[in-house]
Amino acid sequence: MSIGHTLLGLLESGPRHGYDLKRAFDERFGHDRPLAYGQVYSTMARLLKNGLVEVDGIEPGGGPERKRYAITDAGITDVDAWLRQPEKPEPYLQTTLYTKVVLALLTGRPAADLLDTQRAEHLRLMRELTRRKKSGDLADQLICDHALFHLEADLRWLELTAARLDQLAKAVTS
Amino acid sequence: MTAAAEPLLQATALRKSYGRTPALDGADLTVRAGEVVAVMGPSGSGKSTLLHCLAGIVQADSGRVCYRGRDLTAMSDAERSALRRTDFGFVFQFGQLVPELTCLENVAMPARLAGTRRRAAEAQAAEWLARLEVGEIAGKRPGEVSGGQGQRVAVARALVGSPRVVFADEPTGALDSLNGERVMRLLTDAAHDTGAAVVLVTHEPRVAAYSDREIVVRDGKSRDLEQVS
Repeated sequence: MSIGHTLLGLLESGPRHGYDLKRAFDERFGHDRPLAYGQVYSTMARLLKNGLVEVDGIEPGGGPERKRYAITDAGITDVDAWLRQPEKPEPYLQTTLYTKVVLALLTGRPAADLLDTQRAEHLRLMRELTRRKKSGDLADQLICDHALFHLEADLRWLELTAARLDQLAKAVTS
Repeated sequence: MTAAAEPLLQATALRKSYGRTPALDGADLTVRAGEVVAVMGPSGSGKSTLLHCLAGIVQADSGRVCYRGRDLTAMSDAERSALRRTDFGFVFQFGQLVPELTCLENVAMPARLAGTRRRAAEAQAAEWLARLEVGEIAGKRPGEVSGGQGQRVAVARALVGSPRVVFADEPTGALDSLNGERVMRLLTDAAHDTGAAVVLVTHEPRVAAYSDREIVVRDGKSRDLEQVS
């Protein structure tokens, strides 16, 4: 999953401090692997350098100064391009896809289009593997079958998520 | 085949309800000669109704189905039946073979109904059974063969009349993975060799992977995935 794009997507709803960003990330996507503070600050420094976020304000505190970050127009364009770009079909994509779907719903983008784009990409690879399997030897067939069953699991997840989009939209925006 | 090829079969803005339950709500679909189009979607999405409307088995409440420039929705029942005999082939989930007839007689039936003499029809049927790798069960009745064999007999029956379009509704739904793949390979290879288009309704992505492109039906509306990505 692209941490940078995810943090940018979370910033679309309004400026946040690094700590707020980490908390929002962990609440929505970090169930198994919460973000380390160091990773948040190093990512924000990179986004700042690339002009994708800007410092919206600095609050002095007891400890180090707290920067509040806001997404720039270039940042919004970058998130948009990331959400539209289908992932390279490979096993165990659910974490990235789930993140993209939730961010699309949170930012008012068409999540159904995102799922269908990904679905088309998966099927393209499944067709390629099926063609290879038809002309290949038994070893080829078994290797292709393994990949096909994994891709099929992803596709079933995409289908189920598409059927539950309304429900998910209510859950993430409530 | 190219995207610019003339449509062989084209459905536009199809609507169909069963009582108060809508099954199709403005579905569109275009099939070109020689291509395999998968129609996917959740149970109850309207994909089988779409196939039945395309094949002229069910009449839509509104919208048009054109086959080679002729409007199916404006044809009489007799004209549509004739078209189904001469130009269309069908494969269903459970074969729907006639249990009293042998496999050979089942496959020969479309040709017999079209007026071909018994000997010629059975010769064609034997050829197709061999091609579908079930020549050895020609004399058996459907109840005496396995599910996979029965489905290959059904595919042979669908293709024996050299149809321009084969409609396959969950053709592998009752088969295990290995038999399902064998049926799909034989069906798509045979359709490719004869130039027939295939409209394939399936909920299985691995079966849809035998198609050239995919249409998704949700809540009675269709979506061509090529237009999305």
